[in-house]
Amino acid sequence: MEIPLSYYLLLGGFLFVCGVLGFLIKRNIITIFMSIELMLNGVNLTFVAFAAHWHALSGQVFVFFVMVVAAAEAAVGLAIIIAVYRTRETLNVDQVNLLKL
Amino acid sequence: MTLPLNGLLWAIPILPLAGAATNGLFGRQESKKAISAVALTFCGSAFLLALIVAAKFSSADAPYTYSLAHWIRSGSFSVDFEFYLDQLSLVMLLVVTGVGFLIHIYSVGYMWDDDGYYRFMSYLNLFMFFMLTLVLAKNYLMMFIGWEGVGLASYLLIGFWFTKDSAAAAGKKAFIVNRIGDFGFLIALFLLIQHFGTLDFPTLFARLEPFAKETSGAGVLTAIGLLLMVGAAGKSAQIPLYVWLPDAMEGPTPVSALIHAATMVTAGVYMVARSHMIFERAPSAMMVVAIIGTLTALFAATIGIAQTDIKKVLAYSTVSQLGYMFMACGVGAFSAGIFHLMTHAFFKGLLFLAAGSVIHGVGGEQDMRKMGGLRTYMPWTFLTMSIATFAIAGFPPLAGFFSKDEILWQAFSSPHGSWIFWLIGVITAFITSFYMFRLWFMTFFGDYRGATASGAHGHDDKAHGHGHGHGEPHESPWVMLGPLAVLAVLSIVGGWVGIGGRFEHFLAPVFQAGGEVVAETTEGASKTMEYALMFVSVAAAVLGLFLAWALYISRTEIPARIAKSLGRLYTTVSNKYYVDELYSVLFIKPVVEGSTEILWHGVDQGVIDASVNNSASAARHVSDNVRHMQSGNLRSYAGWVAAGGAVVIAYMVWMGVR
Repeated sequence: MEIPLSYYLLLGGFLFVCGVLGFLIKRNIITIFMSIELMLNGVNLTFVAFAAHWHALSGQVFVFFVMVVAAAEAAVGLAIIIAVYRTRETLNVDQVNLLKL
Repeated sequence: MTLPLNGLLWAIPILPLAGAATNGLFGRQESKKAISAVALTFCGSAFLLALIVAAKFSSADAPYTYSLAHWIRSGSFSVDFEFYLDQLSLVMLLVVTGVGFLIHIYSVGYMWDDDGYYRFMSYLNLFMFFMLTLVLAKNYLMMFIGWEGVGLASYLLIGFWFTKDSAAAAGKKAFIVNRIGDFGFLIALFLLIQHFGTLDFPTLFARLEPFAKETSGAGVLTAIGLLLMVGAAGKSAQIPLYVWLPDAMEGPTPVSALIHAATMVTAGVYMVARSHMIFERAPSAMMVVAIIGTLTALFAATIGIAQTDIKKVLAYSTVSQLGYMFMACGVGAFSAGIFHLMTHAFFKGLLFLAAGSVIHGVGGEQDMRKMGGLRTYMPWTFLTMSIATFAIAGFPPLAGFFSKDEILWQAFSSPHGSWIFWLIGVITAFITSFYMFRLWFMTFFGDYRGATASGAHGHDDKAHGHGHGHGEPHESPWVMLGPLAVLAVLSIVGGWVGIGGRFEHFLAPVFQAGGEVVAETTEGASKTMEYALMFVSVAAAVLGLFLAWALYISRTEIPARIAKSLGRLYTTVSNKYYVDELYSVLFIKPVVEGSTEILWHGVDQGVIDASVNNSASAARHVSDNVRHMQSGNLRSYAGWVAAGGAVVIAYMVWMGVR
């Protein structure tokens, strides 16, 4: 028995919303970073689901791209986090608020 | 007609312009001697050229024209820089350059101590340029250039001592009042263009020739005539626009003599005479000219009685005499008007220069009540001033007698004239004689009433500091007395050219070209009439002399008693009939308050400024609120991004559903 497409989409959407909520609610930068990964993977799930459903490869190609970008982003992002921690001695985003007028 | 004379015409106005430019641009660094040399040379050579032109002038060849350059070419309409010399402009040319040159010489003495000497000389030359342009113009537009230019020069020279509020205000007043007149002149020019398609004098007059008189009253020629008269009334200080001239006495005295007595203010008379073809075809406009002239003559003369400032008396006298000239033009006796213009330039220029000499001699005092007995202190000034006074009062055989008598006779006998004009003219002649001898007696006879101890009295006319502490009145230097002497001679002999109608015959080609023949048929019967009237006007002058003598020499206590018994009438007259106050209530207040309340507070501040200011402050308020979004808080940014995304998704879903 085949699992219907909507199930994948609902799961992908659920993961994405979890990521968004985590991004908005959590204060720790590491957690926020993980929320971003969660959002990306929610999107990846929908991509592959559609790819499987429509028998089109382009969705899977997109997933590879996303995974590469996510890997690069993780490297850069973690480097930034370490740099922030070294200067500000904190990982609380509410205390990293210099980006304003 | 290619006499060398034509080629000289353009140089006459240009020379003073060159002088004005030289002094105006470089005069600040130059010595006063150099400035005087430049100013006198350029003005003097213009005078010399005018004399050469006059010597070569022959009535057979007139008019002479010279075309300098093209100016406006538009379809069939064209205006060029062209000069025009006929008998009329020759007379004006000689008067303007001659009197102007004398006053230039006089100014060297009078203005020598002034810091703005170079400025003064430059302005005087500039005035000469514009006045000569006005006089030598071949079309109305060039005349208008000169017309506006002399107004500018007048403004600059009235406000010459611009640090003094009253002088600056007087300059503005003259300029603004003249604008009203110029407005009428300009509209007249537009009407001429519309109906005749040209402003060129010969062409225009040729096109006017077939026109009949507009007897029914209202026609385009009448309208043009009346509008021209509005312009003339502004420039020549006639009712109702005369108010600027008495105030113009704030200027230095040579200016009063040159511009506000001898030349510029007569430009209106010249313009009316030049436009005689128009006026002769519009009898109602002529009538208006005559009435305005007559009323102004009488009205200004009565004000002159009660003035105590020596220059103010002369100013009102000028207004009054200009009224005579307009009366003459209004009754069709244009040559009589021009004749009086010429003699008036001599004796009124002399009166002002002599008055300037008096003011100079007593250290800047202008109030006649503080003068007196000056004939012993300044004999030459006294002598020349006496000649001028007798001339203006109309004593034979001085200049004023001939011209005034000619006007009065024409006012009586011309087909446009009436005995009413004559009667008012004679009454005015009597009043003129009275106030002039009043001035004469108050200034030169009796005892000196001024302060002799120190120079502490107000330097009312001028801020020139005399090196010496003005102990006693003193005679003026020769550079000032020389012009006085020349003008005095002219005031005596100037009228003789009119004996036997010679002056009139000289001008006849101008005024009879295509026009009606102005009544000059002096038959035997009217000859006796003319002599009778002449006797009456001389009697009026003598009566004025005796009345002035009685009141100001023999029974000096009477004037005060008369003033007291007349009470309100006297104060009304001495306050110039409150005309300035009336104008202030009728015209100035509404304009000032309307501008303040409606245009300034209402339109400018309420609409224009408000729209700019309000849009700016609205932008400020909005951005003040919006800028709080940039808090630096990462999670709030994320929230906005998420919210934005949610809105976009909601929109797309909603659109998709539709």
